[in-house]
Amino acid sequence: MKDTNIKQRLIGDRLMKFGVCALAMLTAVPLIAIIGEVVMNGYDQLSWSFFTEPTPTAYKAMKAMQSGQPVPGGIANGIVGTMIILGMAIVVAVPVGILCGTYLAEHKTKRFAQAVSYMTDLLQGTPSVIIGIIVYIWVVVPMKSYSAIAGSVALCIMMLPLIVRSTEETLKILPSSLQEAGLALGGNRARVMLKVQLPAAFGGIFTGVLLAISRVIGETAPLMFTALGCSFVRWSIDKPISAVPLLIWEFFNDPNLQNLIWGASLFLLMFVLTLNLQLNILQKNGIIKTNT
Amino acid sequence: MESLRPILEFKNTCVSYTRQTMAVKNVSAQIERNAITAIMGPSGCGKSTLLRAVNLMHNLYPNIRVEGEILLNGENILSMEPINVRRRVGMVFQRPTPFPTMSIYDNVLAGFSLNGIRLSKTDRDATVERCLKSVALWDEVKDVLNKKGTFLSGGQQQRLCIARALAMKPEVLLMDEPTSALDPIATKHIEELLLELHKDVTILIVTHNMGQAKRISSKSMFMYLGELVEYGDTEVLFTNPKDERTKSYLTGKMG
Repeated sequence: MKDTNIKQRLIGDRLMKFGVCALAMLTAVPLIAIIGEVVMNGYDQLSWSFFTEPTPTAYKAMKAMQSGQPVPGGIANGIVGTMIILGMAIVVAVPVGILCGTYLAEHKTKRFAQAVSYMTDLLQGTPSVIIGIIVYIWVVVPMKSYSAIAGSVALCIMMLPLIVRSTEETLKILPSSLQEAGLALGGNRARVMLKVQLPAAFGGIFTGVLLAISRVIGETAPLMFTALGCSFVRWSIDKPISAVPLLIWEFFNDPNLQNLIWGASLFLLMFVLTLNLQLNILQKNGIIKTNT
Repeated sequence: MESLRPILEFKNTCVSYTRQTMAVKNVSAQIERNAITAIMGPSGCGKSTLLRAVNLMHNLYPNIRVEGEILLNGENILSMEPINVRRRVGMVFQRPTPFPTMSIYDNVLAGFSLNGIRLSKTDRDATVERCLKSVALWDEVKDVLNKKGTFLSGGQQQRLCIARALAMKPEVLLMDEPTSALDPIATKHIEELLLELHKDVTILIVTHNMGQAKRISSKSMFMYLGELVEYGDTEVLFTNPKDERTKSYLTGKMG
């Protein structure tokens, strides 16, 4: 009686183990499938000119396809656009986010800080398409033009909550003795924050910034309302501008350009994956320490 | 004249965390210049709270109230700017707190950079050497000054923290159980160091360890439930305590 009981339990245990493993593998399947699909389709499109030339016109692409040649051109306009939009967004979002996070961590008992903290959470949950339409009304309409500025405002709003949160959380987990030790030496709060606490929190904040970048770099919807797109490489910030995710959407809508989808997707995917992978390596090697 | 006046004086000092409970009740005492004064008492008796009132650490937490007077050379600390007080009153904490992103060298000079004081390279080198020598750490770290402060052992870190506090040339040095996180050998080093240092700086030290109080201090306070029960020469307090509560604490009946 006893023996069979144990046997049954062992079998149950094995079944459970098998089930858990199978389900764990199942979650890995989509990622592997996505990478496989994108790499297989996009691999042969990648070439030097793919990164240095702007999008071809539909006519040129059609001509090339009819004569059996590969589609000319690339996504240089998108890469430049993404760089400009993202660059401006980072320049604004990083300092503002860090300052805001610092305030929230330092005044956690104040009502206003608690309200701001709550609103940050809500902002993080706001659908990006809504942020796009709001920025359209706030920036594009008054400026009377789609522009890189409008695009970066939208991405900046999306990055802020992530940076604020990571700054706040990292500062909160630092031991309070660190701040007290700084103050005990006669420093004022701002100096102690700048010279002791923020450097100690650097790892966590840096992680937050990289995560924010990898989150917004693939955003398409808000850029449709704000940056619009542009078929040549443009460096000005007050005119419509392209971005890599926008290009993917454009390629999808134009039968003549569909061959370029995979190359652009591969580029975007690799960029984001490398960013995340790099982050993992940095964290593992202890170069980024979230606390002391 | 100055040397005759007590450097630090508590006058009816009270500290409360909430409206109902007082952590420190009406403490009055005069602290002797260039001496080591130990504050003893069981856990939760308010000794750290009293110590932290001296460099206005309680200002950080809005719900803590400090009342009465604490005089530093006759001037009431409680109505002074925290920055000015803390520059004159150094503090060493229970756990070593070297700044993790700074090198050993920069840790010693942290007080200057946090106060926005710029020193020339020769001044900086001299200060680092002088302070590290005064805590007997120079020989151990002179070749690794650029390593992070956290690279040192616990006892070395604590000595680094003392050096950092001394660099600002404080008049009073507050120590909140500075050896409770250290092993006996590191503790011995620190105690020897304190006996050297008190010629130049007044030391107020909170300690759980009665042996330590006996070994290093010339004056001792015994606190119980927020009250200052007994205060006097260490020798007298240990051999012939007046109060029953002190006696039972010293003989281990209470703690």
